[in-house]
Amino acid sequence: MTLSKEDGWVKYLLIGVAIVFLSLILFIPALNVFVQAFEKGIGPFFHNLTRPDFLHAIKLTVLIALIVVPVNTVFGLCAAWVIARNQFRGRAFLISLLDVPFAVSPVVAGLMVVLLYGRNGWFGPFLQEHDIKIVFAMPAMVLASAFITLPFVAREVIPVLEEAGSDQEEAAKILGAGDWQIFWRVTLPSIRWGLMYGVILTNARTMGEFGAISVVSGNIIGKTQTLPLFVEQAYKQYETEAAFSAAVLLAFLAVVTLVLKEILERRTQIKEVD
Amino acid sequence: MGIVVENVSKQFGSFQAVQDVSLEIETGALVALLGPSGSGKSTLLRLIAGLETPDAGKIFLTGRDATHQSVQERNIGFVFQHYALFKHMTVRKNIAFGLEIRKTPKSKTKARVDELLELVQLKGLGDRYPSQLSGGQRQRVALARALAVEPQVLLLDEPFGALDAKVRKDLRVWLRRLHDEVHVTTVFVTHDQEEAMEVSDKIVVMNKGQVEQIGTPAEIYDHPATAFVMSFVGPVNVLPSTSRMFEASGLEPTHPDVFLRPHDLLVETSPNGATVPAKVKRVTHLGWEIQIELAMEDGQVVNVHLDRDRFKALNLEPGQRVYIKPKDAKSFPLHYSI
Repeated sequence: MTLSKEDGWVKYLLIGVAIVFLSLILFIPALNVFVQAFEKGIGPFFHNLTRPDFLHAIKLTVLIALIVVPVNTVFGLCAAWVIARNQFRGRAFLISLLDVPFAVSPVVAGLMVVLLYGRNGWFGPFLQEHDIKIVFAMPAMVLASAFITLPFVAREVIPVLEEAGSDQEEAAKILGAGDWQIFWRVTLPSIRWGLMYGVILTNARTMGEFGAISVVSGNIIGKTQTLPLFVEQAYKQYETEAAFSAAVLLAFLAVVTLVLKEILERRTQIKEVD
Repeated sequence: MGIVVENVSKQFGSFQAVQDVSLEIETGALVALLGPSGSGKSTLLRLIAGLETPDAGKIFLTGRDATHQSVQERNIGFVFQHYALFKHMTVRKNIAFGLEIRKTPKSKTKARVDELLELVQLKGLGDRYPSQLSGGQRQRVALARALAVEPQVLLLDEPFGALDAKVRKDLRVWLRRLHDEVHVTTVFVTHDQEEAMEVSDKIVVMNKGQVEQIGTPAEIYDHPATAFVMSFVGPVNVLPSTSRMFEASGLEPTHPDVFLRPHDLLVETSPNGATVPAKVKRVTHLGWEIQIELAMEDGQVVNVHLDRDRFKALNLEPGQRVYIKPKDAKSFPLHYSI
């Protein structure tokens, strides 16, 4: 195919627009994070990374992820199995219900937790009586994160399970395998890439969540402050380098996630070509 | 008896998949369940395997009541239409699966896998993954996997359905020979009457969830019990009993519909007492067999199959006038549908 002069002109214009657009909203901001973080050299960058409240923010972020990711992985697997392997009334409704966390604004998700477990919430009096602290403490942050990331694993695993069909599971059953053996030896290996992908997305979102966490945590420095909350606060207090240092860490997490996701997608594709 | 099915019924929602089916399969026999799709043959197979539970009736495997046994307890070999091999395991691992579940010692497992690879002619392919095999090879791995646990019965659900015609023919012959070697009671489901006739000792013809006839391939073909069997196991012409052809030949049909196989019609180029005239409409060459469409004087169309020699001797052409009479005809009451 040959391009006429006009076609070439249009082509370069479109490419140019795309580059300018991407530069403005993606490349330059991302680059800026690194430039700002290292503005005064590598020393201040590491100094920022060793501040106690920053370290605490990292610890809390990782701790929440360590709770939320396994819980939602197990739940997502169960939900995916029920939905993919059974035909029942309300199946379509259940699938839509799984998507609610995607549709609801994170701030609203946070509010729901506060309105339920807060001092004036439904469970408020009961919790106060028994001296259980949920809102403005870690439990609420875990609850909100779990809510936001609920659909990821199930969403990724359902299509893989449906694609694999139940033939292999039936074959294993006939060969004498019990339910548990079938799960570990047959089902899990055939959905592993989809599952890993779901887990990675869950983890990324849990660590990066801001809206819901900021509503339920109270943002108490050194107590209920996660990495994204730390970034926001540092920035508001004109500690630009601290903010950007933390941002570098978050950006790094994002890059690792994307790379892993890319690798997993390739593996899944190779599987499909098989 | 290898397998006994006693008054078994199974319903899915409002669909009666299997209705009051009873049959007995001798130990060591190779039996085909033949029928069109929706006839309940696959459901019956899955009921025998324990993958479905019957609503009513009993199933006995090698003399023991297996109706309430779990799938795992039945010790069955099952081969699926789409192989159902474990994609993430090598051929060896696939075949060894049942043995590993049974905690067979490693050395014994290895010896058994080697033996089976030899049996299914896949020696040297043990370390491949299913995705690296052809369809026919995959199905043979599935068979080896099913045989590894020395099942009391072997069940095959449309085992050649997903393969192309050539491989399919080879595998049929191979399955027949394999059965002569291992002698395990075998039931296979098929909708292909030729396949059923070629491979099995006995055929169970099913229609609408019920058994129409059980018999050897020859019995089924030569003495079909019902109109359905007659028309399902081979091509037929259906003619009204009032047709001139029967009057002339002196046949007295007992029912209003008469079934005639296309090769049970005699074709001549000149009339003799018992023949009726007809006109050649179409001639189709299918290698060793020539199919001819004839129109009788009352407008009724019949199909005749001739072998090459007979066809050459008659030297037929479209438009030509011929004289026909039935060699053999069967009449059935007309309450069937295919």
